[in-house]
Amino acid sequence: MTDMSDDDMREPVGTSRRAFLRTAGLAAGGAVIGAAAGAQEADPLITEVQDWATMTGEGVDATPYGMPIRFEGDVVRRTVSWLTADPISSINFTPIHALDGTITPAGCAFERHHSGAIELSKDDYRLMITGLVDRPLVFTWEDLQRFPRENHVYFCECAANSGMEWGGAQLNGAQFTHGMIHNMEYSGIPLRLLLQEAGVKPEGTWVYVEGADASSNGRSIPMEKALDDVLVAFTANGEALRKEHGYPVRLVVPGWEGNMWVKWLRRIGVTDTAVESREETSKYTDLMPDGRARKWTWTMDPKSVITAPSPQKPILHGAGPLVITGLAWSGRGAVARVDVSLDGGVNWQEARIGTQGGRYALSRFYLEIDWDGAPMLLQSRVTDETGYVQPTKDQLREIRGLNSVYHNNGIQTWAVYENGAVENVEVGS
Amino acid sequence: MSKSVLKLLAATALVGAGLPASAQTLGLGRAALPAEIAAWDVSVQPNGHGLPVGSGDVLTGEDLWVENCAMCHGDFGEGAGAYPVIAGGDGTLTNRRPVKTVGSYWPYLSTVFDYVHRSMPFGNAQILTPDDTYAIVAYILYSNGLVEDDFTLSNENFTDVVMPNAEGFYPDDRDESEVPLFTHEVCMTGCGPAVHITHRATDLQSTPEGAVTVFAPDRPTGVADNAGAPEGGEGAAPAAPAPAPAEPVEQAVAEPESPGLDPALVAAGEGLWRQCRSCHQVGDGARNGTGPLLTGVVGRHAASVEGFRYSAPMQEAGANGLIWTPEELDSFLADPRAYMRGTRMSFRGLRDAGDRQAIIAYLQSQSQ
Repeated sequence: MTDMSDDDMREPVGTSRRAFLRTAGLAAGGAVIGAAAGAQEADPLITEVQDWATMTGEGVDATPYGMPIRFEGDVVRRTVSWLTADPISSINFTPIHALDGTITPAGCAFERHHSGAIELSKDDYRLMITGLVDRPLVFTWEDLQRFPRENHVYFCECAANSGMEWGGAQLNGAQFTHGMIHNMEYSGIPLRLLLQEAGVKPEGTWVYVEGADASSNGRSIPMEKALDDVLVAFTANGEALRKEHGYPVRLVVPGWEGNMWVKWLRRIGVTDTAVESREETSKYTDLMPDGRARKWTWTMDPKSVITAPSPQKPILHGAGPLVITGLAWSGRGAVARVDVSLDGGVNWQEARIGTQGGRYALSRFYLEIDWDGAPMLLQSRVTDETGYVQPTKDQLREIRGLNSVYHNNGIQTWAVYENGAVENVEVGS
Repeated sequence: MSKSVLKLLAATALVGAGLPASAQTLGLGRAALPAEIAAWDVSVQPNGHGLPVGSGDVLTGEDLWVENCAMCHGDFGEGAGAYPVIAGGDGTLTNRRPVKTVGSYWPYLSTVFDYVHRSMPFGNAQILTPDDTYAIVAYILYSNGLVEDDFTLSNENFTDVVMPNAEGFYPDDRDESEVPLFTHEVCMTGCGPAVHITHRATDLQSTPEGAVTVFAPDRPTGVADNAGAPEGGEGAAPAAPAPAPAEPVEQAVAEPESPGLDPALVAAGEGLWRQCRSCHQVGDGARNGTGPLLTGVVGRHAASVEGFRYSAPMQEAGANGLIWTPEELDSFLADPRAYMRGTRMSFRGLRDAGDRQAIIAYLQSQSQ
């Protein structure tokens, strides 16, 4: 099924890999759990009356606000502690390997804070519009509720998503390689309406948006984008924003890097230049091989990843019918198609789009195959409505070198072994 | 500037012009008062717009630096732990491991002022006056070898300072340099020679233990099996030593008087703990951060947490037998720098004796 040589599948030298394969605990090519086919004895789960079929369960109101059932306790955000100096200014990752569909539940949608998640009540909330406007204004939470609002599903991806993979395959799991993303339905006011309320002066060509937390994270956004589709949002997936996502108000900047989606939004300053804040100079800029750096790289390029099978979702059922699934998105528009390769990018087949996301939203794809149990090198490749085709990591490195941190939208490869274990790898010819 | 950005800015200017005061409004909100605008609109632009009146010199800045910044960024901006390096790195931007500092990378001095003034010190932000900020920025310039030690920075001479990497940035050019290359028909078959694996993530062992839970039942020895535990995923930096079984942090010399802790006081202390937690951790699994872990601090020797780099005076006090009794903690917390000159703890202190009592009660409750 692939051209992986014997050499690739040799018993590795290092203990890490040996342990990896051993601990996978998967019989080569064999079914391990839940095998229903060809049962010799009657299944007691069926023939014996179970407790849950006899006794009653919990009444209503046992959990006024529900949490996932305990069996799903490992479907949680996780951090990588060595990435940052301190958990207060840090990031964690959405468990995308364990989710399906396209909407990310808020409770496991990744977090990125620069000075921790603050508690700011609606009563204490104020939003100010300053700078090059006719009428500098202050709004309360209640004022904002009186503006017309819109609902949109958008992905929010940190510019550093996959940033640890520039130098080669590093983290073993889709959660860690691609989990700085979530996709939620927002309700909010078009920023345009607030700017109209204040009256932008002709020389006002940028807005500077700033948070109320101690980092006062701030970013400059060109006026054209501010007047286009930026939202001042209150809810995600129908409920108030979670504290960690900027309660009570955050900015939503469709298709653009997550750092610009300022949380706990407190000020919108209209200016005639970019502020060139710390987060748009020293960070979130892209160092190129010649030692110069790109700035204002706001757009998130088209990207996709197979979420299962993946290192945290190995194949437990052996050969036979296999569902390959994943996510695709583009900050340049909507997803047009996704192709999947089983041999590391030599041959491709078009995947089925299960959920067609709109512009700047996640799409879900599936490819159902009859797995013969042979090793595979799985890849996915998105093409968006503009015709942009997701590049390989090597194509990106040819242009950007190895010192970039952000905007790695290269094709991800998962090696699937005969025993069903999956590993994050890179391939070359 | 790339064509697309020029185009964008041109379009932007037009749109801006097209949104005059006459646009329809709802009359919501109220006028922002000058004092409110002054309080919040403090960002500074590269052209100096937004700079407050003030000045500060290198030597004043050095004192402020040691007091407020050095615990994370090092005495000379060399960085401590994983916190950002502020000085040096000159000429490293094309290296495999570039050192991006204020001197080597930041294009505008306004960014330094703006960030220090609005967002620093970490955990105690927005306490620096404009003069303090000018002084610290002057010291940062000095530590990067960009000014002499007699330099004074002010709103008057601010824009005269040109950063070494001022010309090192250009607007996003992906539309010209990448998009044409990546816009093409997709190849479906025989798209290149056969491939083989060149890198494997498992060779690096940098994935958090416990994340790949399905492999947990037969985990390598010495690693706790936390399959299914919601708090899995903790830990295991590749650079850090293997997590040793929690080393008991110096047995308490004087038993803390834990019996009879007032729950209300402990709860009040837990509320006040917000002021401490950006630097300190306490309780199960606490680790050293900017400050030492404080589990069991009440009753133990000063400067006794393994692996934490204490200030010289704190080490000396520990060597001389200082024990953190509630009374000593009370004196220390009232005014840390008056109690111990040269401590790295950048905290103004708790004026209110009741607050101090509450924090100490909370720490006592976290002593086991």
